[in-house]
Amino acid sequence: MTAEEPEIAHRTVIEASNLNLTFETNDGPVHALRDVNLQVGKGDFVSFIGPSGCGKTTFLRVMADLEQPTSGTVLVNGVSPEEARKARAYGYVFQAAGLYPWRTIGGNIRLPLEIMGYDRPVQAKRVKEVLELVDLAGFEKKYPWQLSGGMQQRASIARALAFDADILLMDEPFGALDEIVRDHLNEQLLALWARTQKTICFVTHSIPEAVYLSTKIVVMSPRPGRITDVIESPLPQERPLEIRDTPEFLEIAHRVREGLRAGHAYD
Amino acid sequence: MRHVLPVLTVVAVIVAIWYAAAVWLNAQWALDMAKRQDREMSASELVLDTWSQEKPKLPAPHQVATELWKTTVEKKVTSKRSLVYHAWVTLSATLLGFALGTALGFALAVGIVYMRVMDMSVMPWVIASQTIPILAIAPMIIVVLNAVGVSGLLPKAMISMYLSFFPVVVGMVKGLRAPSRMMLDQMRTWNATKGQEFLRLRLPSSMPYLFASLKIAMAASLVGAIVGELPTGAVAGLGARLLAGSYYGQTIQIWSALFMAAAVAAFMVALIGLIQRVTLKRMGMS
Ligand SMILES: Nc1ncnc2c1ncn2[C@@H]1O[C@H](COP(=O)(O)OP(=O)(O)O)[C@@H](O)[C@H]1O
Ligand SMILES: [Mg+2]
Repeated sequence: MTAEEPEIAHRTVIEASNLNLTFETNDGPVHALRDVNLQVGKGDFVSFIGPSGCGKTTFLRVMADLEQPTSGTVLVNGVSPEEARKARAYGYVFQAAGLYPWRTIGGNIRLPLEIMGYDRPVQAKRVKEVLELVDLAGFEKKYPWQLSGGMQQRASIARALAFDADILLMDEPFGALDEIVRDHLNEQLLALWARTQKTICFVTHSIPEAVYLSTKIVVMSPRPGRITDVIESPLPQERPLEIRDTPEFLEIAHRVREGLRAGHAYD
Repeated sequence: MRHVLPVLTVVAVIVAIWYAAAVWLNAQWALDMAKRQDREMSASELVLDTWSQEKPKLPAPHQVATELWKTTVEKKVTSKRSLVYHAWVTLSATLLGFALGTALGFALAVGIVYMRVMDMSVMPWVIASQTIPILAIAPMIIVVLNAVGVSGLLPKAMISMYLSFFPVVVGMVKGLRAPSRMMLDQMRTWNATKGQEFLRLRLPSSMPYLFASLKIAMAASLVGAIVGELPTGAVAGLGARLLAGSYYGQTIQIWSALFMAAAVAAFMVALIGLIQRVTLKRMGMS
């Protein structure tokens, strides 16, 4: 009994074992994921990095029950992705903000809450809370087109935070934004993660972004998509932007780069 | 205001061409008449005559305008001679057919989008239905419905429906499929029901398509109602006016009925356009 206690303290939230996924396309089968094994602990911030086409999105979609594995299993909170989805265990942030143009920012954030049947007063309270969390207080009544790209993406993160999911899946949420906005959002995301204690899976193809944000960096390579390295970050929880100039940071970045290069040596 | 001058210029040109065409088309008859009465005609007399014949091949604009004025403003709207009365008869069938056609088109579109079987099987029939000339089946619809004791408004409305459901199906299938895969996936991650997905995502996404379809459907509906009035020798309606006009060579009556039909169509389409603007604006989509 006592031996299991640390297990419970650091509960495994996502567990992939021998995961394979092959897409049957007109040009023949595409092996998007091969023999993927990974454990994500509660409260982890995991980044998935790798060249495009290495299966990052596919992996995230499998976790979210948007794609079915060909073989192997994924457990989310100890149950299948489908059950986890039905239990609304995660919020998913897509590459594009995907806000509804006919709804205000507040209305967009309220949307999942309406669908999930939250009471109106609770809806209003949550909308207010998450808007503050992503620094968009006062924009509730604005329409998406009145906001910049970065603000829209923040609103879409707020929408994924509004309901009680303790996992946040993010697929290159800042990919389309410029460096400066991106830095700012990365800082905010870390603060948000510290405050909400959520488990975050974050897809990126920027090495500094991955190293700056993560407690665990998963390096992937393409054809077939697979994991080539998993790096546990020794960086402290508290991470000012300047940490990116420290030797520790550069060392991890170097290891990630090596991992990416090794993945390419195959072809 | 900037557009007033160009518009007026175009109108003036059209009217001028129309007057010239009236001279050209009606001159022969005027000349024949003069010959039979054995009298000479000056050029100006000839021109004036072509613009004031009782049964011209092409009535002059002012003749049509006068007829329109007499049959709308100067007649009580309840009178059988009032064009407003006839327009209303046609419009009521148009509106009923439009409502039925929109409902049918909408229902079919929902079925096609949500049911694979319907997606595969219904669309070819929908398209085939529109390749049959309406003039060919209108009399059959009227006769069959009359035989089972349905007459008056409904048979005409059925023909309107037949023409108007088509643009609604086509537009709404496209509109309901407008949401991107990402937006549909998003709904799935929230574990939304089909109903929630429909009401909150697909339906609002389809609004611009819906209004475009409704405008076409309204115009088609009006054509349907008029066509529906032709084969029965209906006593009332714009179609009846067209038919009676052509029996008796009353070209002025035909042309004023045509203008009335055009005005009714323009008004209804503009009305839908107005509703569209207000709706989309309120939805924050324009
Ligand atoms: N729905 C699909 N059908 C067929 N092939 C797909 C599909 N989705 C992704 N793929 C293929 O699977 C591979 C991995 O894609 P993806 O997961 O999107 O990569 P990444 O997000 O790392 O860029 C790519 O080769 C891609 O073309
Ligand atoms: Mg991707």
